[in-house]
Amino acid sequence: MNSPMTSTVSTAAKAPAQPVPAQAVRCAPPWRAPLLLLIAGLAACALFPDQLGLITRIFIAGLFVLSLDLVVGVAGLATLGHAALFGLGAYAAGIFALQVHADPLLGLGVGSAAGALTALVSGAFLLRYQGFTFLMLTVAVSQIVLSLVQKARDWTGGDDGLSGFAMAPLLGRFEFDLEGRVGAGYALAVLVLMFYAAQRLVQSPFGLAVRGIHENRARMAALGTPVFRRLWLLYTVAGALAGAAGALSAQTNAVVGTDSLSFALSAEALVMLILGGAGQLTGALVGATVFTLLHHTAASINPYHWLFVVGGLLMLVVFVPPTRAWAWLRRRAGGLQ
Amino acid sequence: MNAAAEVLLDVQALDKRFGGLHVTRNVSFALRAGDRLALIGPNGAGKTTLVNQISGVLAPSAGDIWLRGENVTRASQAERVRAGLARTFQITTLAPHFPVQRQIELALFEREGLTGRLWRSMDSYPALQAEASDILARFGLRAHAATPTQDLAYGEQRLIEMALALALRPKVLLLDEPMAGVPKGDGARLLAALDALPRDLAVLIIEHDMDLVFRFATRIVVLAEGAVLADGSPDAIRRDPAVRAAYLGG
Repeated sequence: MNSPMTSTVSTAAKAPAQPVPAQAVRCAPPWRAPLLLLIAGLAACALFPDQLGLITRIFIAGLFVLSLDLVVGVAGLATLGHAALFGLGAYAAGIFALQVHADPLLGLGVGSAAGALTALVSGAFLLRYQGFTFLMLTVAVSQIVLSLVQKARDWTGGDDGLSGFAMAPLLGRFEFDLEGRVGAGYALAVLVLMFYAAQRLVQSPFGLAVRGIHENRARMAALGTPVFRRLWLLYTVAGALAGAAGALSAQTNAVVGTDSLSFALSAEALVMLILGGAGQLTGALVGATVFTLLHHTAASINPYHWLFVVGGLLMLVVFVPPTRAWAWLRRRAGGLQ
Repeated sequence: MNAAAEVLLDVQALDKRFGGLHVTRNVSFALRAGDRLALIGPNGAGKTTLVNQISGVLAPSAGDIWLRGENVTRASQAERVRAGLARTFQITTLAPHFPVQRQIELALFEREGLTGRLWRSMDSYPALQAEASDILARFGLRAHAATPTQDLAYGEQRLIEMALALALRPKVLLLDEPMAGVPKGDGARLLAALDALPRDLAVLIIEHDMDLVFRFATRIVVLAEGAVLADGSPDAIRRDPAVRAAYLGG
């Protein structure tokens, strides 16, 4: 496992003169990966100015899968109901823009809070279970949420979706333009900041304890960890991130549909995470990028059979785990030097 | 037994049933600071079930558990750890992918109540990192600080079990078969670790290796079919005809 906590292993005392081999285990700097993401994101926007809509979708999917990685990869809780957190964030931001205020940052806060609150309430019940039971209950909760949203037509627009809202300029200055420049920059900024926060979280003692619960629940309980409370907090934080992703989706598309709460979205996010490699946060971003690009290109070539490509790639990832692929690439790179 | 020392763990009339199965029957004993109490008995006697009740994994059907003057019968595992109880497991129970150093640091973070902190890096606690290194050095594991736990030899993983429990600075330590599955050659380091346990620690050990039990324990409780068959000094237990008949094989 190449998790953040093991990413830099320096053997400070390779010289035989030292009496004790003082090996140190250190986390990578938490800002490094978000900085690289910022550079890569800005470069993508600059290089493909006519694809800003697609790029924005990648940023939003990245944030959503990042949230999923906290739950699945870091805490080890396999869920197929994560869209409930995303969708309610999207609806909350949309309804807020329509009924209360069109400021995007306020709406982002509302969407994020809606995701966190949904996770807090559902987590109080879900996190008492593990494994297959947990997985099935997450599906059940998301289906209940979907059905409630369909019923509350007056607020959500039901199956027609929620539309008719327009966002005010970002920070009072930047109008959301038709080319999507402001939308892409806004989504990238939110993604980078939240990625940084998630990096800090997984590198904190809290993050270490949650990884410990993933590795061995009985051990953590024996060390005195309040297992449920730690998982509950993590699930709530993940809910905030998923809600923020939903809010970004609502604000940049100016429409929210029931597909934002669908089982398919939860499943797709899980596929993205497995494609990129769970548990390392960066993998979530890689998976979201690869999947969204594949979806876009393969679907434009053949709109009916693009899932063949995704299925094939998924089989490849399952049979050749990313860690092995990376090790192979490193060996190749080492051999070339 | 050190009669003058403070009673740290007091198990009173503990009883546990799983449906019709009666696995712990009216078990009572007390553990004082400095005690080395061995719990022995044939397989299925209910030793691990008893340890699981004391550590809070299982709730007893009846009876009370007092830890340092506090009734912890209904307390969570976390509350018992905070009250000074630590345990090891019969089957190695560690985080297999964690580097050994992180494993120990995690126990220290937990002891210091820091695992609720979400923002500050786990690398920014130099005092705890130094303490983790010291603990590893004490157990002869410092060279493996960066090694994933699952890559260590089994005997070394057993040592980490004990290191983790001690990192919590407990007052009462429950050792569930620390030598289980350890090859003969690797046992010496574990024995040394047992001998080096802090003097004032109250230790309850479950062990099948009778040489170790009679060498280590100052008192022995014999369990048979969930009930206390005998309770006394190693010499008294060795001579007890009921114990010889039931367990030590004449």
